[in-house]
Amino acid sequence: MIIAERKPLDEIKTLVDDAQKVLVVGCGTCVTVCFAGGSREAQITAASLRMSTKLDGNGKNVGDVTVQRQCEWEYLDEIKDQVEDADMVLSLGCGIGVQAIAEHFPESWVVPGLNTTFLGIPSEQGVWEERCAACGDCILGLTGGICPIARCSKSLLNGPCGGSEAGHCEIDPDVPCAWQLIYDRLSSKDKLHVILDLQPPKNWSTSRDGGPRKIVREDLRLKAEEA
Amino acid sequence: MTTIETNTNGYVVGSTLERVLKAGHFAVTGELGPPQSADGDEIREKAALLKGLVDGVNITDNQTAIVRMSSIGAGTIVVQEGLEPIIQMTCRDRNRLAIQSDLLGAYALGMRNLLCLSGDHQKFGNHPTAKNVFDMDSVQLVKMVTDMRDECIFQCGDALKGQEPRFFIGAASAPFADPIDFRPYRLAKKINAGADFIQTQLVYDVEAFDRFMEKVRELGLHEKTYILAGVGPLKSPGMARYMKNNVPGILVPDEIIERMTAAGKPWADIKKDELTREDKRARSKVWRDEGIQVCIDLIQQLREIKGVAGVHIMAIEWEKAVKPIVEGAGLYPRPTVKEPVTQ
Ligand code: SF4
Ligand code: SF4
Repeated sequence: MIIAERKPLDEIKTLVDDAQKVLVVGCGTCVTVCFAGGSREAQITAASLRMSTKLDGNGKNVGDVTVQRQCEWEYLDEIKDQVEDADMVLSLGCGIGVQAIAEHFPESWVVPGLNTTFLGIPSEQGVWEERCAACGDCILGLTGGICPIARCSKSLLNGPCGGSEAGHCEIDPDVPCAWQLIYDRLSSKDKLHVILDLQPPKNWSTSRDGGPRKIVREDLRLKAEEA
Repeated sequence: MTTIETNTNGYVVGSTLERVLKAGHFAVTGELGPPQSADGDEIREKAALLKGLVDGVNITDNQTAIVRMSSIGAGTIVVQEGLEPIIQMTCRDRNRLAIQSDLLGAYALGMRNLLCLSGDHQKFGNHPTAKNVFDMDSVQLVKMVTDMRDECIFQCGDALKGQEPRFFIGAASAPFADPIDFRPYRLAKKINAGADFIQTQLVYDVEAFDRFMEKVRELGLHEKTYILAGVGPLKSPGMARYMKNNVPGILVPDEIIERMTAAGKPWADIKKDELTREDKRARSKVWRDEGIQVCIDLIQQLREIKGVAGVHIMAIEWEKAVKPIVEGAGLYPRPTVKEPVTQ
């Protein structure tokens, strides 16, 4: 899922400085699960903004609402009136949610309340880790289900660099070395031969390097038209 | 289709390093770190300290992710000074377009040796907020430059339109980095990709290196490439301990730390704040002399290991140490290998 973190309150205050009536919009999907922008966080953020701007002597009218998914038009339709009634929307969705609001309500002004950080997993209570960089050409089949693009600090494809030590990456003792993980997994499965072959340079055109990406599924489109 | 004829007299490239190695001499390479400035004289001064002592000198590429004069720029000066540079190229700062075009330029400027590296992560350098590239890795880089040389093609498969860049191609090996069992295999990948020579990370633990070389010989790798063991003089026991504890992939045995410590014994009982400047200077001199001697001893032990074709002396910011090391190890004067006469 998409992992995000809330921006510091001071930064949020600067972002909404121009507005008197602010609508904080939470999202009920990924950012709820990672405790960054669900209804609870939307309420807390709204309350903190009310309190803090009041203390500053410039109390704002801050409300909040949470939709099931900010990245789908139908859920955004539900909050049309509230959005149009506010001077500004503070989205607690991921970057996609913020852009969906901007696109869906062109008359309104929306600012981000979160920093969208990565595609990852809650590895344990209160800890989230990156797992995928959406490279568009998945190679997990070659690496024992451990992604070297997202998890090796240098996105190496032919094995560990010289900085791997005691299981961690040269950049930080708290960062596991992806290639140590790959090596351990493949050797436990007797599949080390997979990483002995030379992996050619990756085709990055399926990644962000190829420009903004888009998928068109004609089969699904046709069905929609027929319906 | 025209094929380009390059007369290399039976050599892949014909660089000094290649000739010395092919003739079976024990090769010596050194290292020169370009300045954090545009001062070409600094390169000339360092080149003068290495001239005649080494068969090739590595010119680092933004080493430790700190911005320095470019490897090819500094290498050009080194060529002018009559030394043969080994251009280092990392994958951190350039994509495949930039690497290939820079290497075309490097060849045109007279550079003949290349060392392909992944590159240190920018996190520890002086531009930690920079975006890194890592379009390719070091193994892919070796393959790309080998194909440019031997197949006359760019990475995309298009043919070069004229003179191909002919480099004697090197790669690095970190024998003691983790996962340690994979290291000989990773070396094999680099050799299969085309590496003509290998320079290893610093070796202080000869026994551990010997175990690595045993595996290398078992895989027959020493017959497919030239392996130069990395060595470097220690400046103090503190430096030895620091490397042991903080630098990944470097093993420093306690005996070496003890040897360095023992050298500073005359000052060991003086309290830190009672050491005069003269004391410190004298102690530093003794430590450095011992560091050079340790390095010489290491070279002599490494020379005995089957499959070690030479040494790579890393005395960065201490280029003066190379002379006593090369002389002390009995590796001076360097052999001159003439090009064979063409028929
Ligand atoms: S290989 Fe690409 S798609 Fe697969 S997990 Fe890694 S980044 Fe994601
Ligand atoms: S230490 Fe491991 S994870 Fe870190 S850059 Fe090297 S190979 Fe990648």
